[in-house]
Amino acid sequence: MKETVRVASGQGFWGDLLTAPVDQVRRGPIDYLMLDYLAEVTMSIMQKQRARDPESGYARDFVALMREILPDCVEKDIKVLSNAGGVNVEGCADAIRDTASDLGIEGLKIGVVTGDDVLPRLGEFLERGIAIDNMDTGESLAGILDKVQAANVYLGAGPLVEALGKGARVIVGGRLTDTGLTLAPLMHEFGWTFEDWDLIAAGTIAGHIIECGAQCSGGNCQYDWENIPDLEDVGFPIIEARADGTFTVTKHKGTGGRVNVQSVKEQLLYEMGDPHDYITPDVIADFTTIHLSDEGENRVGVHGIKGNPNTEFYKVSIAYSAGWKSVGTLVYSYPDAYEKAKAADRILRARLEKLGLEFDTVLTEFVGVNATHGHLAGKPSKDIPEVQMRIGVRGDDREAVSRFTKEIAPLILTGPPAVTGFAGGRPKVEEIMAYFPALIPKDLIETKVEIIET
Amino acid sequence: MKVELTKLAHARSGDKGDTANVGVIALKEEFYPILVREVTADKVKQHFGPIVKGEVERFELPNLGALNFLLHGSLGGGGTLSLMTDAQGKTFSTALLRMQVELSDEEAKGLQE
Repeated sequence: MKETVRVASGQGFWGDLLTAPVDQVRRGPIDYLMLDYLAEVTMSIMQKQRARDPESGYARDFVALMREILPDCVEKDIKVLSNAGGVNVEGCADAIRDTASDLGIEGLKIGVVTGDDVLPRLGEFLERGIAIDNMDTGESLAGILDKVQAANVYLGAGPLVEALGKGARVIVGGRLTDTGLTLAPLMHEFGWTFEDWDLIAAGTIAGHIIECGAQCSGGNCQYDWENIPDLEDVGFPIIEARADGTFTVTKHKGTGGRVNVQSVKEQLLYEMGDPHDYITPDVIADFTTIHLSDEGENRVGVHGIKGNPNTEFYKVSIAYSAGWKSVGTLVYSYPDAYEKAKAADRILRARLEKLGLEFDTVLTEFVGVNATHGHLAGKPSKDIPEVQMRIGVRGDDREAVSRFTKEIAPLILTGPPAVTGFAGGRPKVEEIMAYFPALIPKDLIETKVEIIET
Repeated sequence: MKVELTKLAHARSGDKGDTANVGVIALKEEFYPILVREVTADKVKQHFGPIVKGEVERFELPNLGALNFLLHGSLGGGGTLSLMTDAQGKTFSTALLRMQVELSDEEAKGLQE
């Protein structure tokens, strides 16, 4: 058994720094690379792509990345875990196999984890009388069933551990939890099982710390932000874990950013609910048991973590179509910038009313005055150099939202003076994919782990 | 005397549906008891006023010298439904750090050191 296992984070979200995973593989030693590509809204976008093109529906960035780093990973024995498969896991895995074959890599085992996609089964669940209710609002799935675009359960570390056990060197799945991508290698290497709840919790919290990429190594860090060095070359985080469940958060030597107790604390609290009950498919982790220690430059030790047995449920993330929205902006300049922007908003709203357009919500913000802190920002200076009026509408009637988008540009020649900032043309009408989180009994879900080989 | 919370703490915020979370972390260990005493759920609710439509919940993490707040009903529907610039609640951290907190003379002296 290895004494320490290094798990590196390569992507905090789909669209994160493309160079980060390459740096993780090339600028220092790691054993595993974990890559998170899925946000809540991503699955519905991928379902739509796949409806148009059955070959698509996964994160193609991942395939391009593997073309670049797979030879390094093979040479250095680095294994890769990712949820890049989206709603077409098999398609993604085939693309990775073809890429590996092109590169002349033989005998590469690719783990394919499926079973998260429950879109075709929702009707069956309701017919069988299984309650699927919104965890936040209590609303029943039956009310929105005809509008559902994607439905995926969050799978944990279990199938990933199985794939690693079968010799997989690259693992592709769909809706896998971010934390499971870090936990699974530690379970595999150290032989932890779903009875060692403190250890499972430790691996899960390690995952939470690195799942947002550089957000724990100096990015978006409030503490002493002005002095965090070389963010242009920020090092993404790495966990150095030990079999006893203690671990160190660090990054490669020579990279920018900073890992310290404060940067790790900020990330620990990110998107936190009740800290006693951090629930994943794998465990209930207790964040009030985490102890941090300064282990020197860019090294933070973590120990003391406790956990409780996991629940009988998976969380299922259901995306459904919930109307249309659009947001338009115009910029007004000194003098009286804020007064002009407010006048423009009044005129625009009066025109919308005269047109008889109705919306569920109309929201106006004045960027430079109140868009982030509302009334807490206080009154703006009379000499404020410019203000952006930002107005958005939302409703079920696509035509009404579309008509709204045609009312922004006319304000330039028919409203208050000294206005600009309309180079982009009419704002887009966007379909809203709302999110319906629910719980579903684990025994209804069958996960499948397959190995394909070049 | 009154000081802005930003003298005592740093923070990070994020979202879960229509709820924003703000983690408030003491800049020094000795500030944590002041946070516990002064930055209560009621005072945070009052600070945000109309910005937070629902309840405010507070959780204590003495091990990290930190408090976690859940601000329910503060993101205009949340996620993709929201029309707000900050639909993900990323700037609620700094909005909370604007809050005024009351310090004793001794605590105020400690702050200057």
